[in-house]
Amino acid sequence: MSEPRPAVPGGPAPLAWRVATVRGVSPASAHARTLVLDVPAWPGHRAGQHVDVRLVAEDGYQAQRSYSIASAPEDTGVSLTVERLDDGEVSPYLTDVLRPGDGLEVRGPIGGYFAWDVVAGGPLLLVGGGSGVVPLLAMLRHRAHAGAAARARVPARLIYSARTLEAVIDRADIERLEGATEVDVVLTLTRETGMEWTGRRGRVDRGLLAEAGWPPSAAPRAFVCGPTPFVEAVATMLVELGHEPRHVRTERFGPTG
Amino acid sequence: MADRPFIARGFHGRRPQAHPERLPPGQYETRDFPVLSAGPTPRVSLAAWDFTIHGIDGGSVRWTWDELHALPRETPTVDIHCVTKWSRFDTTWEGVSVDTLLDAAAAQGVDGGAYVVAFCDGGYTTNLPAADVTGGRAWVVWGYGGGPLPPEHGGPARLLVPHLYFWKSAKWVRGLRLLARDEPGFWEELGYHERGDPWREQRYRGDP
Amino acid sequence: MLPEEMRLDGNAAGGALRELFARDVTAGLATCGGCGGARPVGALLDYGTPLGVVLRCPDCDHVMLRLTQVGGWLRVDLSGIAILALPNVPAS
Repeated sequence: MSEPRPAVPGGPAPLAWRVATVRGVSPASAHARTLVLDVPAWPGHRAGQHVDVRLVAEDGYQAQRSYSIASAPEDTGVSLTVERLDDGEVSPYLTDVLRPGDGLEVRGPIGGYFAWDVVAGGPLLLVGGGSGVVPLLAMLRHRAHAGAAARARVPARLIYSARTLEAVIDRADIERLEGATEVDVVLTLTRETGMEWTGRRGRVDRGLLAEAGWPPSAAPRAFVCGPTPFVEAVATMLVELGHEPRHVRTERFGPTG
Repeated sequence: MADRPFIARGFHGRRPQAHPERLPPGQYETRDFPVLSAGPTPRVSLAAWDFTIHGIDGGSVRWTWDELHALPRETPTVDIHCVTKWSRFDTTWEGVSVDTLLDAAAAQGVDGGAYVVAFCDGGYTTNLPAADVTGGRAWVVWGYGGGPLPPEHGGPARLLVPHLYFWKSAKWVRGLRLLARDEPGFWEELGYHERGDPWREQRYRGDP
Repeated sequence: MLPEEMRLDGNAAGGALRELFARDVTAGLATCGGCGGARPVGALLDYGTPLGVVLRCPDCDHVMLRLTQVGGWLRVDLSGIAILALPNVPAS
């Protein structure tokens, strides 16, 4: 690896691959783990940004994927929450093989479109499907650092669609954010069969967006992230409900893991 | 970067080697059929669909969907190899040999040169040496696995040139332009190989 | 799965575009050379991976950008973008 030029936060700089060190791993759901990375010369990031991860095998075979940053800019370390896709080739490595002390090649932070800061204002309407909730949680964690007065100026709502209760990412932390930082959270489960779940079931539809989202008159900043069909359906419904297209920002997650 | 890359401990990728003699270098076998496309699925009605060969002197010959199906059918079973390193064995197709189409074109005075460019709905193109689409090694196929060719795999019809990397087997194909000089296609313009023989690992421009 | 169910967006191309522009362009506005519509680069539709990046206009499907990194070269076709407008203070 060549040493990257010193990066200036917020300034133009070449984006280099860096070898991060895995500091810790912890479960985020039944299918997802969070990796906490120490990245040398990390210039800082904005909530919603991602990193590219590159894996190179002994024989030169390479695989590359993008993962959203789960941690707030204010947190120490860079956390990635990775959902394991059983027939994937990168996500099973990240969730099953990688352990503390290992190196991991990353470049980032990447992205300025699907990114949000408290100073950008709100209200905030976050709609996530599956692991697409990860960058949205980074936004809520960033907002949680802002203090009560700033938070009061940026009310936030999260609509999160997961397959089952055990697939919900960072459920305890979502409940903490809901209780401690005044986030309205609506969780809907699309494939939950257990009787203990008494909450909402089924896909995110127009009725749910109208009821649990903000009215267009509140001019919320909407961030929608998840699998491509989910993102496109939700973004279309938000615009049909009267939200400004330029205030609906989207990020599609691919099916390859 | 000239530096050695960082090797990820314990990473081997997804490469079971079931039939090493059938795998070109650097390939792994998959039982899936990954979908790679440079654009959305084109929508064209079969009534409006046609296949056209444009000759080197400006002449052309055109087949409708029904006319193409009236030509002698072949059902090749072949291995396919993608430049992104997956290979899939024993895929079964139904279609017409490109030889049949070029012979019919020549009979009508539509002649070719040393190169062809396949053109497609959605704007995709790929270039091939004419020698690689003749001699019983290339087809225009509309059937896959005993059924119609699904749209995500190039239906209603695609080119099939299994001895070259699969980006040459253009999806949603609508015809061939016969050329005297080579003319790079969609990916070839951006550095992918003019010919793309997987056994010689002709991935990128300049590969021998 | 159809290609349109698998497509990503300009956000996913952000890393490759950073190698080209040495600054974030996903928040920039790209005017389509086909239909004239302007969209953030992050909102363009991304097809074509892993051979390369193909960004298309969400309104008219016109190819706005093609990018490959193969054989030791970075190659880009920007002819489908009429105007690229970037914030003068790059976000990152």
